[in-house]
Amino acid sequence: MTDATTIAATATPQYPMSRDGRCPFAPPPETMALAAERPLSRVRIWDGSTPWLITGYDAVRTLFSDPRVSVDDHQPGFPHWNEMMRASVDHRPKSVFTTDGAEHIRYRRILSPALTMKRVEALAPVAQRITDEHLDAILAGPQPADLIEGFALPIPSLVISELLGVPYEDHAFFQQHATMGVDRNATSDALAEGATELSKYLVRLLETRMAEPADDMVSDLGKRVKNGELSVREATQLGTGMLIAGHETTANMVGLGIVALLAEPDKIAERTAVFRGDDDAAIANAVEELLRYLSIIHTGQRRVALEDIEIGGATIRAGDGIIIDLAPANWDATVFPEPEVLDLARPARQHMAFGFGPHQCVGQQLARAEMVIAFRTLFRRIPTLKLAVDVDQIPFKNDRLAYGVYELPVTW
Amino acid sequence: MKVTADQNICASSGQCVALVPRVFDQRDEDGVVVVLDENPPEELAEALRQAERVCPSGAIKIVEE
Repeated sequence: MTDATTIAATATPQYPMSRDGRCPFAPPPETMALAAERPLSRVRIWDGSTPWLITGYDAVRTLFSDPRVSVDDHQPGFPHWNEMMRASVDHRPKSVFTTDGAEHIRYRRILSPALTMKRVEALAPVAQRITDEHLDAILAGPQPADLIEGFALPIPSLVISELLGVPYEDHAFFQQHATMGVDRNATSDALAEGATELSKYLVRLLETRMAEPADDMVSDLGKRVKNGELSVREATQLGTGMLIAGHETTANMVGLGIVALLAEPDKIAERTAVFRGDDDAAIANAVEELLRYLSIIHTGQRRVALEDIEIGGATIRAGDGIIIDLAPANWDATVFPEPEVLDLARPARQHMAFGFGPHQCVGQQLARAEMVIAFRTLFRRIPTLKLAVDVDQIPFKNDRLAYGVYELPVTW
Repeated sequence: MKVTADQNICASSGQCVALVPRVFDQRDEDGVVVVLDENPPEELAEALRQAERVCPSGAIKIVEE
């Protein structure tokens, strides 16, 4: 096999690419090398197909907004994340994640009332109390403490549980099953079992809240089931989606954000000072810069072209798979000069960490509020915080759909 | 300056409300944008242009008069 086919196969780089262990915050060097050449390139994925990888900021922004670019995972050519996602495509009901246009807007506007600025502001005291309670426990406990298990992971999951109306005593069950669902290498069986358990649980909670509504999102969904707007299956799917999307992502941003802020011992005081200050706008901007710098969704947003699209000097053909990669777009030097520098004061709000277009993260304001509260409270209450080990001793989540760290040992 | 917002395509991201709460709000029932002041004062021009730029759905348009 020394013919042209083999050469072509070798020349098309495999995706996702690996990070350089010495630069754990940077996107993979191979991805950045492709991005330096052109805004979009062909890559090869797990099933041998060769979708487009979109890396340039402008192309990413444009394609996220293009109605000819679909999230419908039933379309031929759709670049699935893995074998299990492809195998289960017919078993998953349509949802906010897999529909376009008017159908998508209908699903989205069922979720959005629970996530408006007003509702997020109303949830902030709850998030603050949860954050303070976890810091109380950490400060009362031994050193080093693990900020993943004791801080970054439980807080978002408690907040999202609060928003959905999941009782506190079911929290451990939720965390376990939601985490399983985003494992890049989860077996079909494990994923199916986790998803089934979560769905069953949510059906029970939905029935409980339909009988006795409370002021929470599951009760909201229950009302829509009662008036015929949603099926039980759709309501359950939306509830599960909220949990999965709102839980590990925020946890990873909080965990990885802390590592980035503490990574260089001589810069800790300078980098964390903003969170101890009273300038709310500066704190908000620091969170935007952390989102830009880390863009934790590192295996690409998956799409498929419905029509031919001319972009960046190339033609994406109808039926071509499209992978929109957030990290290289957020490290595009034409938009963010010296992108490898974590500069908490730079204007960063136009980053792509939450995606863009009609599918941009529906829970982004909640995520922002949680991050502001987490970083502000942490660095105010423990101003002497530092890593208990060197950065290269911290286990990074290279095998997950969302990047982060498994453990974060700290002292103070 | 004239501010318009297309409620049919709004993605309820809340970005405009976060940036310029004097000019934008969200409907309680679906989070869709509401323009509170269609002719806001010039001092808000920069914040409004930013809101237009970060609006994910392209619903917000700022026209200089």
